[in-house]
Amino acid sequence: MRRYEAWSVPRAAEIIAREKHRPGAALPILHAIQETFGCVPEAAVPMVAEALNLSRAEMHGTVTFYHDFRKSPPGRRVLKLCRAESCQAAGGDALAARAEEKLGVEMGETTADARVTLEAVYCLGLCHSSPAAMLDGHVFGMLDERKLDALVKEAQA
Amino acid sequence: MTTRIFISRDSGALCVGAEEVATALAKAAGLRGLAVDIVRTGSRGLYWLEPLVEVATSDGRIGYGPVAVGDVESLLDAPLLEGGEHPLRLGLVEDLPWLKRQTRLTFARCGIVDPRSLPDYRAHGGYQGLEKALAMAPEAIVEEVVNSGLRGRGGAGFPTGIKWRTVAKTVNPQKYIVCNADEGDSGTFADRMIMEGDPFVLIEGMTIAGIATGASYGYVYIRSEYPHAIEAMEIAIKAVREGGMLGPNVAGSGHAYDMEVRAGAGAYVCGEETSLLESLEGRRGEVRAKPPLPAHIGLFGKPTVINNVLSLATVPFIMSEGAAIYRDYGMGRSRGTMPIQLAGNIKHGGLFETAFGITLGELVDDIGGGTRNGRPVRAVQVGGPLGAYFPRSLFDTPFDYEAFTAADGLIGHGGVVVFDDTVDMAKQARFAMEFCAIESCGKCTPCRIGSARGVEVIDRIMADTDRAANITVLEDLCNTMKFGSLCALGGFTPYPVMSALTHFPEDFGATPKRLQAAE
Ligand SMILES: Cc1cc2nc3c(=O)[nH]c(=O)nc-3n(C[C@H](O)[C@H](O)[C@H](O)COP(=O)(O)O)c2cc1C
Ligand code: SF4
Ligand code: FES
Repeated sequence: MRRYEAWSVPRAAEIIAREKHRPGAALPILHAIQETFGCVPEAAVPMVAEALNLSRAEMHGTVTFYHDFRKSPPGRRVLKLCRAESCQAAGGDALAARAEEKLGVEMGETTADARVTLEAVYCLGLCHSSPAAMLDGHVFGMLDERKLDALVKEAQA
Repeated sequence: MTTRIFISRDSGALCVGAEEVATALAKAAGLRGLAVDIVRTGSRGLYWLEPLVEVATSDGRIGYGPVAVGDVESLLDAPLLEGGEHPLRLGLVEDLPWLKRQTRLTFARCGIVDPRSLPDYRAHGGYQGLEKALAMAPEAIVEEVVNSGLRGRGGAGFPTGIKWRTVAKTVNPQKYIVCNADEGDSGTFADRMIMEGDPFVLIEGMTIAGIATGASYGYVYIRSEYPHAIEAMEIAIKAVREGGMLGPNVAGSGHAYDMEVRAGAGAYVCGEETSLLESLEGRRGEVRAKPPLPAHIGLFGKPTVINNVLSLATVPFIMSEGAAIYRDYGMGRSRGTMPIQLAGNIKHGGLFETAFGITLGELVDDIGGGTRNGRPVRAVQVGGPLGAYFPRSLFDTPFDYEAFTAADGLIGHGGVVVFDDTVDMAKQARFAMEFCAIESCGKCTPCRIGSARGVEVIDRIMADTDRAANITVLEDLCNTMKFGSLCALGGFTPYPVMSALTHFPEDFGATPKRLQAAE
């Protein structure tokens, strides 16, 4: 479970200053911002653009290109279910539908109580033990209904 | 005397509870006053046996698996520390037929060594390849890799040595080695296993590449979905730098080479080499037109070697054992071994490294043991989301670049995903188009628009709206994508789609071609 910091311009400026000297600093900066605030807030985009000598539009284009970067912070826990072929072959589609039903949200949404964000992911490299999932940084494989239910419960706790 | 026990910290072992087992075992052994040293290794790749607990005995390592937390007490009673009898006892791990049948060259150490210990790596033959390389002229290193016949393991199968030669011939004070660790293909995990289980071999391979081509800096671009691999590589790089094998004077040779890890951000297309370079430079991962080749104008405009993890991790073996030994394995123009990954609905999922030439049927039925749920195997997708679906009638296809091309497929990064007889192949074709639409970098119309159209057309076919006409539309669309796309995302999505349609027409409501011919 993660606690994110509230948006703060000085804090963002500090992160940008720390990372900006690396060659090709954009992704390291954006990752560091998301690590800290749980997302890449709209307000951060012009700051990063300025630090890297890019136009705001260009920076916006970069941020939106990558699936990882969020506009707003996620729920307290993020449950990612693999939806790629190997997990489909092992019954992942039914488990995904079950998770959506249990949590009352669709993939990409956060529960009303802001506890859980459910996301689709395309392969976790655990295809030898499909279906697979990740709860925050923790990995789970060989999922079946019972294990999925336990995982959903843990995410909601 | 302290007994050594080995439990994997590979995420494939963690995902089925290896951490909990290691903790419980340490605690239970402590309570019994037993002296144990639990070494956390990578995985052997026999994932249906994970969590696998191995104990060092005078005969060798005895394995037990799959172990659950609830088995710990009875294991210690066996007694585990003497390799005693237990229902989960597998015997000597080295003698397990699934391992014995393999030829582990790239994965020789994976699952055996401690991936955080440089001394352990050295004790198992690590850095002998670099040592040999340092005694050679850079051109000779390149020629050794050329002679090994090694072809890129990332998918395209381009000869690694030829790529290196191109970069070596450029004159530039700054060149780069980039390791492609984006491993986005469903059904693949070999790169992840190397990075988590034997990260030093990748570092050694990249160092050799740097010295051979005159590049002094490297990046490993790892997908963000792999936090454990990122951590393992960072720890290993630090250890190697402290050990003097990375830095301004590698092993006292006078050569400078250092490297770092960069994390991707969830874009499949960033596995395409030029998209990856754009991403490393901090931009949208839009594919670049070639030429210029990255070997001439690559990262930050400099000559760049970009290779897959497995290509680079195989180089230390080639250098230490010699090109001829590697080249002697394999068939035709596919030389050496391929780390094949068995996945999907499969009984024995895992990593099987073997010489090229083994048939798809042997891999799926014999080694993989068929499906996990016991239903008949109906289709197998080889080579990730851009790879073709194979029916049983093509199971005699040998694992070989050219043979797969001839069968209208590709081996790609070596992933084999098994589906049982409940699979709906029209749905799989639809997913291939949908995935292409989600992941398209947007640069070319056939890929960006064509894939979205493809989803609609397949929906109509599945709904039985103007079926015959729409199947023709789908075939035309695939042709347009195949020939009008800049990279293989748009260009190869037709493989899974057309193979599904060709080999499983009944799922699209069409009369199977075989029956048509018989009429
Ligand atoms: C859409 C797409 C995704 C790709 N993903 C990867 C990948 O994840 N890893 C990889 O090594 N190569 C990937 N490739 C192939 C690379 O473009 C390139 O051929 C490879 O990195 C070269 O290294 P190699 O010669 O060692 O195989 C991908 C290609 C395309 C078109
Ligand atoms: S084929 Fe698709 S992913 Fe490849 S360059 Fe064109 S639009 Fe981008
Ligand atoms: S496809 Fe689900 S983990 Fe690879």
